[in-house]
Amino acid sequence: MIQVVLPKNLQLLAGTGRSLELEVEGDVTQRSVLDALEARYPALLGTIRDPKTKKRRPMLRFFACEEDHSDDPIDEPLPGEVAAGKEPYLILGAIAGG
Amino acid sequence: MSKVRVLVGTRKGAFILNSDGTRKSWDVEGPLFPGWEIFHMKGSPADPDRLYASQSSSWFGQVMHRSNDGGKTWETVGNQFEYAGNVGPHKWYDNSPHPYEFKRVWHVEPSLKDPDTVYAGVEDASIFKSTDAGQTWAELPALRTHRTAPEWNPGAGGLCLHTIIEDPKDSNKIVIAISAAGAFRTDDGGTSWKPINHGLRSNHIPDPDAEFGHCVHHITMHPSKPDTLYMQKHWDVMRSDDKGDNWREISGNLPTDFGFVVDTNANDPDTVYVLPITSDSHHYVMDGKLRVYRNRKGGDDDWEALTKGLPQKDCYVNVLRDAMAVDRLDPCGIYFGTSGGQVYASNDDGNSWSAIVCDLPLVMSVEVQTLP
Repeated sequence: MIQVVLPKNLQLLAGTGRSLELEVEGDVTQRSVLDALEARYPALLGTIRDPKTKKRRPMLRFFACEEDHSDDPIDEPLPGEVAAGKEPYLILGAIAGG
Repeated sequence: MSKVRVLVGTRKGAFILNSDGTRKSWDVEGPLFPGWEIFHMKGSPADPDRLYASQSSSWFGQVMHRSNDGGKTWETVGNQFEYAGNVGPHKWYDNSPHPYEFKRVWHVEPSLKDPDTVYAGVEDASIFKSTDAGQTWAELPALRTHRTAPEWNPGAGGLCLHTIIEDPKDSNKIVIAISAAGAFRTDDGGTSWKPINHGLRSNHIPDPDAEFGHCVHHITMHPSKPDTLYMQKHWDVMRSDDKGDNWREISGNLPTDFGFVVDTNANDPDTVYVLPITSDSHHYVMDGKLRVYRNRKGGDDDWEALTKGLPQKDCYVNVLRDAMAVDRLDPCGIYFGTSGGQVYASNDDGNSWSAIVCDLPLVMSVEVQTLP
């Protein structure tokens, strides 16, 4: 199971806690994790990435294993610790505003 | 006894204010959608339990919500607003061509007759329609592809379509307004649109009498008199008696005719309310006084200040374009929300006012439902 951590606003929208577990089939990539996340929580469609182009919304970031994966190719495998469920895949809202 | 439900969208969530027909004491529900900017929330005239809400965020984009039980529970519905066909440019602030890009829903307008039909006014300016209670949205593209559209400039808040008025006698007739393209009307359900800006005069555009390009802030129509429209333009309060084909200024003796809101009394189509704001460079009320102005003769030199119960000292709030509404009771209730987070109500045609709540986040929109 993959661990995913959501920002507070998306927790409220999805009706989840801060951390959730997802079953991901096949290679564990950013695309497969986000596909699984949106399939399980349709309310999140369009809030993390453009539903058509799959482009990340500009004020969100994706972190894992203390690395910023926001601009990595979305079909690149995520670190083995994430795939093994030992480390979370973090979705963060950028710190912005007053 | 009738009840009143006031729907308040704020910068950090939504609130529902409930009262009985006396409108003297209020229950406050909320915040709903805490932390989210709620641009607009409105109930269906055909089914008062059906509510729609537009939630927008720079971080997470557009989310649409629907309630089928008067706001007790909510579910997300479709949030995909795709422009149809080829998407051309409009003009940017510097007059350069700028590609159309969906940003947010400014206004939701449920159909007068069908709770599953709802319109959305969006930025960059266009109108969308859903006939499945918000699950899917289809653009009415004839407006965005109007011959004038490549020349439309955004207002300070963006190129937003913020006003949608369905004619109660003919649902194919719809009036819309865009900042800063002006007002347009369709007589055929959105297949074609015509600019309805004749008589508007705006000194901030090269041709003050231009066919389009006017910064219309809000328009209202009384359901019993659908040929008459009242408009709060950037500057100037205007009136039309032919569905917008021709306008004349009715600012009369107002202390300033800049402002955002305009509405009519539920029981008298010739009684109009505005809330003057100092100027376009001072987005707060004049002289530290919060004053609603009422005109019982449909405009011109008969504006009277309504101040009882409103702060008349050290008040510097703004009232945004969708933040005033009226109920359907007699005497008419009038409600408005401020940038300071106050929601004021009058239960006597505006003669006196009191605050329902004082410390909400900045109020983006106020709508009212009158319930049996």
